[in-house]
Amino acid sequence: MRRRNWSLPYALFLLVFVVIPLLLIVLYAFTDEEGAFTMSNFRKFLMHPEAMNTFIYSIGIAIITTIVCLLLGYPAAYILSQKHYNTSKTMVVLFILPMWVNILIRTLATVALFDFLQLPLGEGALVFGMVYNFLPFMIYPIYNTLQKMDQSLIEAAQDLGANPLKVFSKVILPLSSPGVISGIVMVFMPTVSTFAIAELLTMNNIKLFGTTVQENIYNGMWNYGAALSLIMLLLIGIMSLFTNDEDNAQNESGGVI
Amino acid sequence: MQQSTYIIEVQNVSKYFGEKVALDNINLNVKKGEFVTILGPSGCGKTTLLRLIAGFQTASEGEIRIAGNEITQTPPHLRPVNTVFQKYALFPHLNVFDNIAFGLKLKKTPKQVIEKKVKSALKMVGMTDYEDRNVDSLSGGQQQRVAIARAIVNEPEVLLLDEPLAALDLKMRKDMQMELKEMHQKLGITFVYVTHDQEEALTLSDTIVVMSEGKIQQIGTPMDIYNEPINSFVADFIGESNILNGTMIKDEVVRFAGHEFECVDKGFGENAPVDVVIRPEDIYIFDPSDAAQLTGTVSSCIFKGVHFEMLVQTKEGYELMVQDYHAFEAGREVGLLVKPFDIHVMKKERTCNTFEGKMIDEQHVEFLGCEFECLPQTQFSAGDKVEVQIDFQNVILEDNEEDGRLTGEVKFILYKGNHYHLTVFTDWDEDIYVDTNDVWDDGDRVGITIAPEHIRLNKL
Repeated sequence: MRRRNWSLPYALFLLVFVVIPLLLIVLYAFTDEEGAFTMSNFRKFLMHPEAMNTFIYSIGIAIITTIVCLLLGYPAAYILSQKHYNTSKTMVVLFILPMWVNILIRTLATVALFDFLQLPLGEGALVFGMVYNFLPFMIYPIYNTLQKMDQSLIEAAQDLGANPLKVFSKVILPLSSPGVISGIVMVFMPTVSTFAIAELLTMNNIKLFGTTVQENIYNGMWNYGAALSLIMLLLIGIMSLFTNDEDNAQNESGGVI
Repeated sequence: MQQSTYIIEVQNVSKYFGEKVALDNINLNVKKGEFVTILGPSGCGKTTLLRLIAGFQTASEGEIRIAGNEITQTPPHLRPVNTVFQKYALFPHLNVFDNIAFGLKLKKTPKQVIEKKVKSALKMVGMTDYEDRNVDSLSGGQQQRVAIARAIVNEPEVLLLDEPLAALDLKMRKDMQMELKEMHQKLGITFVYVTHDQEEALTLSDTIVVMSEGKIQQIGTPMDIYNEPINSFVADFIGESNILNGTMIKDEVVRFAGHEFECVDKGFGENAPVDVVIRPEDIYIFDPSDAAQLTGTVSSCIFKGVHFEMLVQTKEGYELMVQDYHAFEAGREVGLLVKPFDIHVMKKERTCNTFEGKMIDEQHVEFLGCEFECLPQTQFSAGDKVEVQIDFQNVILEDNEEDGRLTGEVKFILYKGNHYHLTVFTDWDEDIYVDTNDVWDDGDRVGITIAPEHIRLNKL
């Protein structure tokens, strides 16, 4: 068998599970129930304040989650990358360890924890759950770039008169930005489309955009659901394009994406 | 502020990394405006010393002063020094201009001044018009120039250079050496330069500091270091040399290679064991005649560009390296002559191995962490502390580590004309010195044995 043929199963896989579903989403999004071309699905979204509000609210929650993850994750990654704190890499493994557990089980455990502490479920619980679930995705790429950073650059900055604060702001932070961007993308993309976490942690009281899509599809509104999916897809697509540009400009890879 | 003639004063500085001694009681004074080179093989502590002066590491013991101010514990950003790093360490996220302006911007220098200074620094290193270039797009030599410009633009009291030319190719390195020397003269600031390249050190420096195993071996001008090496290590490390065992018969007479020679050294006493160093270019080589002090046969002759390098096997069994502009082909009989002032006599650091030991019983003694059999002793009883002496030639090295009582690693090899003098670092962390005719390599793992009759025990 010729070597190029080895890729055939993968091509087939991509066709069946990625390309065709994507085409179907586009097809459904631009047609009505009879299969005729229409823009009404998109019009409905724009005219419908509820869907629009959920959309904006979802983005808001995703932004908050990403910011909290960044604020918690950067110092954690920085500490992990310092050799004297982390000689055996045990700490890194401990941070990554929760990812070995299924996301639903982790979320159910979070619900149980809130019940046990008699804390109310709702917006706070939602952000907590999302941060808890996605924090490792922020820490790891930042840790990676920090760890690979040439120590002599930090020494050079000190040598040129930079105090520890300046060393951080002028050298460490700019050089770790590829990792930060990777982390932001890895946290923001899944949080904007999540729905299971929202359902469980808010007792289904708060709807996220992912939930709206799921509800519509579940209730047989395939065309409208597909249109909503497409909108979300475009949002994520635009965002990843923007971050890829940044990444190339930096010319210093090391992130996960 | 205390007035001082020295810009850098290093006093009794030691540095330990855990158990390992990286620097052992270093004392060094550097005059203002001097070009000082710290020279030594890798792992000798030269870079550690530079990093202590720069402030990236702090001394375990001792004191460092720059311009009269005590700075032993001062963090690097508050020291009046700048460093040129071996791997350049340019900031990849900044262009050439911003890299060079980094230090000035931190000092809140006015914009026009920064621009002027950066431009003149770039001119100094011959990189005018490169301001907007990305540092990754520059060649190694260009990056090194930018790194130098980034350091000198801050007008430091002292410029520290950590093997700055090590990554460049030979031609580029030679050019940069000349430029550095010119730069030093123009700027008038003190340069402290670290290198393992002896030729570079001889070319550039006002003063050379030769280091080995965390200690300073010799401080002197390039001429001093080359012509009057203080011990066999320095002689071997700087340039080519013939190092032989000799005996100082009396003042101005030394015996080596089976003959007595007239020399200019005195004050060693009578019949004192010494090391004799003769540079290969100081040996005259000619067809056998009455003028010859030594006669022998050429065993190899290699053309080296400027001169020929010949190995001559003398009748007495010594091998000498000779450099001359004329070739004497292998197999040819030759006569050799050395002038008295070209014979450098050095006191031997040691004439035999000496350890501290403890008697186990009548026939066993413990030293270097192992038990050795010795001849039956009557004057010592078990538990007595004794001085153990073993002559260099009586230490036997074994290929198989298991065959030896003790194991170690060959660390330093010196050819002495008719045998090798090895320094073996034992796993007990002490050196043992060995004379052998066998060829060993640096880093070889060996077993060490000593015959009972060769262990001399003395009262402590």
